[in-house]
Amino acid sequence: MSLKFSKKALDEFEGIAKRYPVRRAALLPALWLAQKEFGWLPPDAIELCAGLVGCSPAQALEVAEFYSMYKKKEGGKYHLQVCQTISCLLNGSEEIKKVVEQKLGLKPGETTPDGQFSYQPVECLAGCHTGPCMQVNDDYHEHLTPKKMEELIEELKKK
Amino acid sequence: MGKTVTEPQLTKRFNLPFGNTLKGFLETDGYASLKKLFSLTPDQVIEEVKASGLKGRGGAGFPCGMKWGFIPKNSQKPVYLVVNADEGEPGTFTDRYLMEKDPHLLLEGMIAAAFAIGSHQAYIYVRGEFLKQIRILDAAIEEAKAAGYLGKDIQGSGFDLEIYTHRGAGAYICGEETGLLESLEGKKGQPRIKPPFPAIQGLFGCPTIINNVKTLASVPWILENGGAAYAGLGTKESTGTQVFGLSGHIQTPGYWEMPFGLPMLEFIEKFGGGVKGGKLKAVIPGGSSTPVLTAEECADLTLTYESMRDHKTFMGTGGAIVMNEHTDMVKVLKNLTHFYSDESCGQCTPCREGTAWEDRLLKKILAGAATTKELDLMLEVADNMEGRTICALAAACAMPVRSFIKKFRGDFEKYCKPASVAVAADVR
Repeated sequence: MSLKFSKKALDEFEGIAKRYPVRRAALLPALWLAQKEFGWLPPDAIELCAGLVGCSPAQALEVAEFYSMYKKKEGGKYHLQVCQTISCLLNGSEEIKKVVEQKLGLKPGETTPDGQFSYQPVECLAGCHTGPCMQVNDDYHEHLTPKKMEELIEELKKK
Repeated sequence: MGKTVTEPQLTKRFNLPFGNTLKGFLETDGYASLKKLFSLTPDQVIEEVKASGLKGRGGAGFPCGMKWGFIPKNSQKPVYLVVNADEGEPGTFTDRYLMEKDPHLLLEGMIAAAFAIGSHQAYIYVRGEFLKQIRILDAAIEEAKAAGYLGKDIQGSGFDLEIYTHRGAGAYICGEETGLLESLEGKKGQPRIKPPFPAIQGLFGCPTIINNVKTLASVPWILENGGAAYAGLGTKESTGTQVFGLSGHIQTPGYWEMPFGLPMLEFIEKFGGGVKGGKLKAVIPGGSSTPVLTAEECADLTLTYESMRDHKTFMGTGGAIVMNEHTDMVKVLKNLTHFYSDESCGQCTPCREGTAWEDRLLKKILAGAATTKELDLMLEVADNMEGRTICALAAACAMPVRSFIKKFRGDFEKYCKPASVAVAADVR
């Protein structure tokens, strides 16, 4: 296995693991740490996490697969997660999705060839009153309009 | 009828510039309830909360004091308190602000709950998307600990409590309390068969109480003012205040704290500025899982548990979704069946297959490839998935399916051919 956690990440993990009476409970935090460390969760990273908490790689994999926020493939520098659930739908999330799909030529789950953007429609982000909303990586963007979405993409392209 | 103007309890620090810091919190009587708390016995705290009539704000509306009373006395095992901050029910968005704008209020409520149930270790399970809120909570926990409001011997009371945040990773089902516990144990968030109930065998096999954010944040006010004062707000069955939300086709969507009891239409008009884009067609009153109501049904609906029950729906999370007259109910229901089939954890066949089947049937209906027979099939599938699964997700899908089709059948029939026309059995 070529991947390794940094000393800093390992120390952070040991601090977190102490919060639980059993190490296995620290699997979700371990996967989060791995995702921060490596940008996504390649199979080797999932195996590393399994080793940290003392479960089998298969058990760690099924957990990584179960939760939608763990990236099982390498995404773009900016991961656009557009909410598509009811309140956002009623306020135009389909138009927002269309802007992303047309402007970046992306289908759900895809990444642009330059690695700058990836795109995934997601379920309710609890921004129902500020919809349509989305997350770019961990940050919320709310009260979206097609024009704002276009401008945001232009802005992120330059970064 | 409940009062419509009252002192806010849960949102009073929302507009203060430093409301989410310990300094701002203490300046506005934060942690003041602890003095009262530590003068009571745990049983007295439970009795006070029972007297308040406080119901769980997460959606199920279970009486909070009664739940706490289920913890076995003198348990040999550790007792855990877990906060359900996995706010994911579509139409619901207020726990997010409470954690962001007044994290110490949640901690203060947690100290009271932990004291009442004899817990010395508590976790706040926060949905993965709320990273900002997790950071704010972590900072608040650290501040509180440094100032002696958490950790060993809180304020000289002899009571110890450690609180940790735990980040979810994107799964609606972890809002279900036993799915949440599985997730907290580092597993897939698949709900457990009950009994045993978490109060007997919950987190790590130990007695556990799981409460919603706003439920716990309501407790400090109850301790300071008394359960009877809390029960005096709202109505007999729906006591206290709630942070009600409005989204969808609404002029000024948002959230407002008020006692239970306001008429729904007044809420929409006065607080939400009225319906956007046309006349009112329908309201989903308490998060997407609660049965939809027609505009006519809303005429005498109030924001109370009892009025919702009389209208064969639920108070749920208090997040109402409003739809105007131009709304295509078929497309909205398709959105919901997609949501539930996507979020089904997959362990029970009626749910895993049923939610996906409903979604496929709607796809077929929207494509104009179905007859009215498919509508009846959808109702049959709904009946066959509800009550046949470990948790309530199947019911959460069945209830919208049934209420949408029964109350807005005309919208659905527009897409359907007559029952006598032969069509393909199913589409993938």
